[in-house]
Amino acid sequence: MEVFKNVLCPFCGCCCDDLEVEVESNKIINVRNACALGRGKFLSVSENRLLKPRVKVNGESVETGLEKAIEKTVEMVKSSNYPVFYGFGCTSCEAIKLCLEMADLSGGLADNISVVCHGPTILGLQDMGIPSATLGQVRHRADLILYWGCNPLEAHPRHMMRYGPLSTGRFVTGRKDRRMVVVDVRKTPTAAMADMFIQVRPNTDFEILTALRALINDLDLEVEEVGGVAVAKLEELADIMVNARFGALFFGLGLTMSYGKEHNIEAAIALTRDLNKKTKFVMIPMRGHFNVTGANEVFTWQTGYPFCVDFSMGYPRYNPGETSAVDVLARGECDLLFVVGADPCSHLPYSIVEKLKNVKLIVLDPSITPTVKMADVAIPVAYVGIETAGTAYRMDGVPIQLKKIIEPPPGILSDVEILTHILRRLR
Amino acid sequence: MVSLVKMVLVSGRSLEQGLGKETGKFSKRYVNATAVCQMDPEDMSRLNIVEGDNVRISSQHGSIIVQAVKSRYAPHPGIIFMAYGPCVNSLTSPNTHGTGMPSFKGLEVEVEPVKASGQSKEG
Repeated sequence: MEVFKNVLCPFCGCCCDDLEVEVESNKIINVRNACALGRGKFLSVSENRLLKPRVKVNGESVETGLEKAIEKTVEMVKSSNYPVFYGFGCTSCEAIKLCLEMADLSGGLADNISVVCHGPTILGLQDMGIPSATLGQVRHRADLILYWGCNPLEAHPRHMMRYGPLSTGRFVTGRKDRRMVVVDVRKTPTAAMADMFIQVRPNTDFEILTALRALINDLDLEVEEVGGVAVAKLEELADIMVNARFGALFFGLGLTMSYGKEHNIEAAIALTRDLNKKTKFVMIPMRGHFNVTGANEVFTWQTGYPFCVDFSMGYPRYNPGETSAVDVLARGECDLLFVVGADPCSHLPYSIVEKLKNVKLIVLDPSITPTVKMADVAIPVAYVGIETAGTAYRMDGVPIQLKKIIEPPPGILSDVEILTHILRRLR
Repeated sequence: MVSLVKMVLVSGRSLEQGLGKETGKFSKRYVNATAVCQMDPEDMSRLNIVEGDNVRISSQHGSIIVQAVKSRYAPHPGIIFMAYGPCVNSLTSPNTHGTGMPSFKGLEVEVEPVKASGQSKEG
């Protein structure tokens, strides 16, 4: 039996890098230090696999050889008028770079899954900047942790223990020295652990953030409640925030997906900026998939823009709402969707998925998903971070190396290898 | 007792959905996690339904029939929760309001009890 230490978990944006994985005869038999989600991913790596490339022939999905699947893919990309390259939350930075080159070569559009998670965060920070920090700084220094519109106990189960209220830092040593506040629409398990829980009405985050700004700036509110929260409670929260020595606001999709979207983020940034006049305060988005932050990084360094990049004019153009995958699909403007490291058929609104009936679909995925079932070409690939190595970015923008722990099933290559083959023929 | 109530639909992650995702998107675990709605017990009483009864949830964009379960995170009257997945996405709005982001949370829906068993999508 071989034990791999300091393995990075390829599940959520926490990118925990202290896992120990026990391997026997190329099979993962145990995982230590991981949460239930990370452990589940490592231990179910052989389940539900896509083992052979599949192509659609007369509407029927049939098995084919890798060479034929790649040939078909190249032919489809070459004949496409406007291909969309989409996904990248569950693959390595190295694969994302190759997809961007493909989008550039083919005059298509490249978008990543942040468009349906923290896209509004990016829009907000492009307008306002963001006072941020690394998770290590938060762990060592933060005496106030505020979770807003997120539920780490279920979505990022080790966040609280590694970086949040339960972590052991150098200067702030444990839970007794940290205050924890949760703002959410439901009393989630995370909220149940908080020193203070503020239950808000859905779609009122902007108002509440703005009210908090007023209170922090010593203004009076001439109302009794905001967003279902008594002003007295908001005053209490404002005091807690101002009196913290180092506060950290972790925010989730409760802010980005509800009414207001990027304006909620702008209000949160403005609040954090105001707090920095009185104390030290930072904010970090709770990124979902393990390398969605990496997708934004690679997009930015390759094209200048973090998502929604259109190459149809021969140069990168960025205008979310126009050059975003969801909007392009909704308007029926693309004729090919090329997916890597995502499952849009499960995660996009059904009215958008219906549009895919009129669009050719290519997908690279290790497992069988609804997108794979719908695809005209589906090519199996190795699990990134388990069967192939690469680079991922943690939610705070820190790059970490993904490790190869086991060999992929026979005949299955990494997405980097498959994309390299495709690109060579496209050039 | 009322036969139809207006509620706000919030979709989001749940631990079971995350675990089911890794077991497989066609696994019973994933389907069970994503094809139920969590309701406040007070709202269930208003609709005269009990745990396991089916409800029809309708938005401007579609309608689904799913099982209702009592929310462990109550009270949250007027809020109905479903885990991310194909089922709830039958209801979500594709309108991105110029941001690229559809509206997955805070969607106005109508909820009514139905007698039929099982889960289905109506459009």
